[in-house]
Amino acid sequence: MPLQVKRLLLVFAIFIGIMLVLKYVLTPDSWREYGPYRGNAIGEIASQQAKFVQKESCADCHDSIAEIKSLGEHINLQCEICHGPGYQHVDDENFKMEITKNNALCLRCHTMNAASPKNIIKQIDAIEHNEGEECITCHNPHQPWL
Amino acid sequence: MDKIQSLYEALTKVDGFIYPNELALNWDMLIVMYPYITGLVAGAFILASLNRVFDIKALRPTYELSLLTALSFMLVATMPLITHLGQPLRFYEMLITPHLTSAMAIFGFVYLWYLMVVLLLEIWFDYRYDMVIWSREKKGFMKFFYKALTLWVSDTSPESRKTDEKIGYFITVVGIPSAFLLHGYVGFIFGSIKANPWWSTVMMPVIFLFSAMVSGIALVMFIYMVVTYLRKQKIDMNALDTIAKYLFYILIIDFTLESLDQIHRIYEADESFDILKILVRGKLFFTFFIMQIGVGVVIPLATLGFLQFKKPRVRIRKLIYWIISICVLVGIFYMRWNVVIGGQLFSKSFYGFTSYKVNLIGGSDVTLSLLWFIVPFFILAFLLWLLPPWKKAPPIEIPED
Repeated sequence: MPLQVKRLLLVFAIFIGIMLVLKYVLTPDSWREYGPYRGNAIGEIASQQAKFVQKESCADCHDSIAEIKSLGEHINLQCEICHGPGYQHVDDENFKMEITKNNALCLRCHTMNAASPKNIIKQIDAIEHNEGEECITCHNPHQPWL
Repeated sequence: MDKIQSLYEALTKVDGFIYPNELALNWDMLIVMYPYITGLVAGAFILASLNRVFDIKALRPTYELSLLTALSFMLVATMPLITHLGQPLRFYEMLITPHLTSAMAIFGFVYLWYLMVVLLLEIWFDYRYDMVIWSREKKGFMKFFYKALTLWVSDTSPESRKTDEKIGYFITVVGIPSAFLLHGYVGFIFGSIKANPWWSTVMMPVIFLFSAMVSGIALVMFIYMVVTYLRKQKIDMNALDTIAKYLFYILIIDFTLESLDQIHRIYEADESFDILKILVRGKLFFTFFIMQIGVGVVIPLATLGFLQFKKPRVRIRKLIYWIISICVLVGIFYMRWNVVIGGQLFSKSFYGFTSYKVNLIGGSDVTLSLLWFIVPFFILAFLLWLLPPWKKAPPIEIPED
């Protein structure tokens, strides 16, 4: 066999060897346990810390706001829908939750949408309805109807 | 993919009825670049093989140039895909944990085969003797670099050159079906999507293949003229005329196949036909009729056809070839555009359209697409400096047994 072919075969052998080593090292442990998936995936995801703590946890401290909210239309909404995940704030009260005041958040649900039921979710035309005003000037998000 | 802020903004993009998940195009301009660049690779390689396997001697001056062009575009071919991924750093997983029943997941292997076994090997055998010679002439780092490129084989005997020649020939023969595989595969990705009537046709791989050959040949023609001009050398008009002749032939085949596909679609006129008719006459009018067919096919076919009968002066012919190569490159780009973007513009309900606007400034897809089209030219400039075809030793004659 000519020398250059031998050398080339050696290079290819090294390349394939590296690929096999990489495949061995990088393949996740439980790969192909159930078809082309990682068998451990569900366990790994389940073992992650929960980011959302549910409104009952919020009510432990913020009982006055929880009471106001329980009388309003937003009674069934989780606090964290507007305020973001609360797991850090529950552990450390100095960690501030976000208080979003822009209209876009409200309009995610309340903009005019032919596909959503008007008798359940109140809808407004964001262009005509008090343009330029912030929603929270008139509506208290914890108890939306004045 | 732009984020849509509100329903009002979303509705400005919609005509008629569409499903919510059809509003934003998931495959943007980067996915247009992917078949385009891959096609240029396959086309440039086929042009090289015309010289080597089919022994068309007039194409000899462009042989190495075609191979190096194919290599420089090949090195970038995956980049539009990788930069389009949401998690670009996970791209290697498709090689590590292969999914053999998915056509898309198999691309890594098709690509690796073509790059490692076809292009690199062919160029290596082609340049091995010259790299040995250059490693002797150069000093310092370049000497070491050329030596490393030859894998420290310094054999320059006629026997070793004959071996190189024979193996190189064999690789080119293997390379032709591989080039067909590479680009036929890209066509298959689209052609096999049965839910999309604009894509789903068995003709798709063949159409992609021939349009790839057309674009690759036009690209090499363009680069050959520019490189010769920059080197202040005389253009081999015989080579250029021959390239133009093959461009003409393959353009005819390509146009025939695409027409056949469309005529078939028009005559069949199945339930998707009405929406496709509105699509082609409306949103795709400019890109389809004017750019793809007008600029990309009619003008080159008419001009090249004319040149088959009457040959104007060399200066005029050069200018014509230069313009035609650009026309073809632009036309094929719009062909990819019409396939990739056009296929996502209409609703699968067949009752409406969404729209796609290219942000010329600030759109990451356009900037990246442009980048991935420009980078191969820099790679090619480097390769031409490293492995100049014009400094190669003349090929060794193999006596017939």
